[in-house]
Amino acid sequence: MKNTSVDGMETEEKKSKKEKIPRQQMPEQTPGVRVKNFDEVPLGYSEETAVLEAKRCIQCKKPGCIAGCPVDVKIPEFIQAITDGKFLEAAHILKETNSLPAVCGRVCPQEEQCEKVCILGKKGDPVAIGRLERFAADYERKTGQISIPDLPAPNGKKIAVIGAGPSGLTIAGDLVKLGYAATIFEGLHKAGGVLVYGIPEFRLPKAIVEAEVDYLKKLGVKIETNAVIGRIATIDELFAEGYDAVYIAVGAGAPVFMNIPGENLSGIYSANEYLTRSNLMKAYLFPEYDTPIVRGRNVAVIGGGNVAMDSVRTALRLGAENAYIIYRRTEVEMPARKEEVHHAHEEGVQFKLLTNPVEYIGDEKAWVTGMKCIRMELGEPDASGRRSPVPIEGSEFVIDVDAVVVAVGTMANPIVPATTPGLETNRRGYIVVKGESGETTRPGIYAGGDIVTGAATVILAMGAGKQAARAMHAYLSGK
Amino acid sequence: MNKIVEKVALSENVVKMILEAPAIARKRKAGQFIVLLMDEKGERIPLTIVDSDPERGAITIIFQVVGKTTAAMAAMKVDDYFSDVQGPLGNPTDIKKIGQIVCIGGGVGVGVVYPLAAALKQAGNRVISIIGARTKDLLILEEEMKQVSDRLIVATDDGSYGFHGFVSTVLQNLIDAGEKIEEVFAIGPVPMMKVIANLTRPYGIKTVVSLNPIMVDATGMCGACRVSVGGKTRFTCVDGPEFDGHQVDFDLLTSRLRMYCDQESVAYEKHKCGWHGN
Ligand SMILES: Cc1cc2nc3c(=O)[nH]c(=O)nc-3n(C[C@H](O)[C@H](O)[C@H](O)COP(=O)(O)OP(=O)(O)OC[C@H]3O[C@@H](n4cnc5c(N)ncnc54)[C@H](O)[C@@H]3O)c2cc1C
Ligand SMILES: Cc1cc2nc3c(=O)[nH]c(=O)nc-3n(C[C@H](O)[C@H](O)[C@H](O)COP(=O)(O)OP(=O)(O)OC[C@H]3O[C@@H](n4cnc5c(N)ncnc54)[C@H](O)[C@@H]3O)c2cc1C
Ligand code: SF4
Ligand code: FES
Repeated sequence: MKNTSVDGMETEEKKSKKEKIPRQQMPEQTPGVRVKNFDEVPLGYSEETAVLEAKRCIQCKKPGCIAGCPVDVKIPEFIQAITDGKFLEAAHILKETNSLPAVCGRVCPQEEQCEKVCILGKKGDPVAIGRLERFAADYERKTGQISIPDLPAPNGKKIAVIGAGPSGLTIAGDLVKLGYAATIFEGLHKAGGVLVYGIPEFRLPKAIVEAEVDYLKKLGVKIETNAVIGRIATIDELFAEGYDAVYIAVGAGAPVFMNIPGENLSGIYSANEYLTRSNLMKAYLFPEYDTPIVRGRNVAVIGGGNVAMDSVRTALRLGAENAYIIYRRTEVEMPARKEEVHHAHEEGVQFKLLTNPVEYIGDEKAWVTGMKCIRMELGEPDASGRRSPVPIEGSEFVIDVDAVVVAVGTMANPIVPATTPGLETNRRGYIVVKGESGETTRPGIYAGGDIVTGAATVILAMGAGKQAARAMHAYLSGK
Repeated sequence: MNKIVEKVALSENVVKMILEAPAIARKRKAGQFIVLLMDEKGERIPLTIVDSDPERGAITIIFQVVGKTTAAMAAMKVDDYFSDVQGPLGNPTDIKKIGQIVCIGGGVGVGVVYPLAAALKQAGNRVISIIGARTKDLLILEEEMKQVSDRLIVATDDGSYGFHGFVSTVLQNLIDAGEKIEEVFAIGPVPMMKVIANLTRPYGIKTVVSLNPIMVDATGMCGACRVSVGGKTRFTCVDGPEFDGHQVDFDLLTSRLRMYCDQESVAYEKHKCGWHGN
């Protein structure tokens, strides 16, 4: 198998004299091969390449990279351990501050965080911090030498965490390490949140998430699946059962539709449904697995974020002949990670930019057959600073489609706020917190992750869990 | 893991099961449902909670064999386990004293309407129940329905038992006979609910229906279960499952229920598609 590399997209290396080793490429499945399977696309560093890459780090006295990391990973320290060939130690250093390094090494937008501020990036390419993180975490998992730290004696206090996404998993791990009994209540039948139902196997293998969840269970975190809080018990009932504090980490799981005519025709999915069928329910293995999914020939995905890229690349792997991204701005404004847009291009996704759907057309069985779109042009910058798209009158045209995935965003799921009196939410339904502690308007109730910020990132959701663990500990210690 | 503690065949293709689910048994209210999974490879199957016994820590479900999973479930035995049971889900029925009401159940829908009839009766309503099936052998829960109804009328399409005709004709006859009906609860195949809603509309009799769209997560996260009610898109799993029958777009529900017909018949040899179809 011939491998290509994501580095193909990176700017031509301008070698300074001090920096002799070029940024190490990570082998990948070739586009032609990988669009026919759901296996992971990048294959990871070998030990040799990892050490070479690690040697590029100049061990800054005042490292910019740490400041760029939302959870302050000790980046130069773990990289030094890799340079010294102490791979397990590198993993331990990572885990001191980041409980899910194998996940973050794969899905964090490093180009916007640590690598953006790495000193080497000023003159050439930054150290491939994300790839090194992935390498160290994978090394630890593959060798099976996962160590359980010594835990303090139980302090007798119980904490309920609602939602087993990255934020809930992180706080539960931290609380157990502080001596609390932590129970996570998860609505679905599997823990992991977006990591298991949203992000596809080809970007984040589910076995990795499972390993992280198993590790937390070994630490003593209890996970109750199939438990939708607000239905099986309200937060007040959890307090009545003896929980001393509650952390709400239910994500921003509710899909947004565009409310245009024909949106309920058969064949039209929200990205959440499309990805949940494929990832959580393994519909790509139907009929071996029981959950079906529409395998469209001409699939249009609306949106320009990571969710849209994941959906369109899933459509290709499910056999689409034409897979389109329909986005109302241009590629420059796309919020998706550059690497994912690049992967989508390589795999043959067709980008229809400055285009917006206005109506769906269906056949006699109420199945979608066409999507009427209008062309857009960029006008003045809007509140977010991006130039807002304006429709060009009379430019409508129809694209033939037999499946559509709407990936234009998500919003807050109201079940928990609606069943918790006194819990303040903002205009958009997100929970209001005081500063970084995650304290809500109800004493003893904390919140963090997407349900506070709106759809954000894995690492920010984890960071919120860490902060809240500290704040809760202070609150309960003083009680 | 939830154990099957009892299993009874109610008719040729309808099965009643009692499952261990102590927390759900304590908490559930009439009108709510569960989602269950047979195993790791299974599909998420929504089913109404027909009854519960908090002391025994058990809930009752009644299902009709319509496809791969329900067929496989019918082959399960007492002491077998489901890997997952999630619930209770959906909003409970708004149970209050209304006056004289009519509860209508068609086919396996009788199992769904039974908990409502029981709760409505207990709330002090006078309950007239109409239950129907294609033929006598397919009729379920006659005894149970009798116990929670002030009056029970049975109808079969082929006249093999009770009234010869549809449950909707029985309702029409009641209205024609001058019965004062405050509210109707109609649960069964989509065509039946549509006919009943159309029948009561001109009389202005409030009609509650319970919808059964395809679901995935059943927590409001995916939108698979979207239906159109009064021209607005609603998610059945969090906004329902009960809606005002006069506002529901039944044709949309029918077309969306057929979305996987072709694929499901791959998984389940027989080429038929659901109890709501026809
Ligand atoms: C397709 C997709 C791709 C993405 N790609 C990236 C990426 O590449 N990099 C990145 O950094 N970020 C990415 N993100 C964003 C990232 O996944 C989220 O920001 C992050 O998962 C938020 O974590 P969380 O813990 O707040 O919530 P979630 O991960 O959403 O988890 C919330 C959990 O709570 C559960 N829950 C909800 N309500 C209840 C209830 N009432 N009771 C019990 N449990 C409940 C849910 O089932 C879920 O398991 C992506 C998101 C999506 C959807
Ligand atoms: C809130 C709710 C309560 C329900 N209560 C009952 C009940 O008490 N008793 C009962 O017999 N049935 C009930 N149903 C319907 C039941 O869930 C489906 O018949 C079952 O999922 C079919 O699964 P299958 O694999 O055997 O059939 P499949 O071969 O998967 O499908 C056969 C047909 O059933 C329908 N269907 C498939 N999957 C689903 C799904 N996940 N949700 C809904 N419909 C689906 C489709 O129209 C499909 O064409 C309920 C549905 C809902 C939404
Ligand atoms: S900024 Fe770059 S070079 Fe400096 S310590 Fe961090 S990773 Fe190494
Ligand atoms: S089943 Fe997913 S939102 Fe209702």
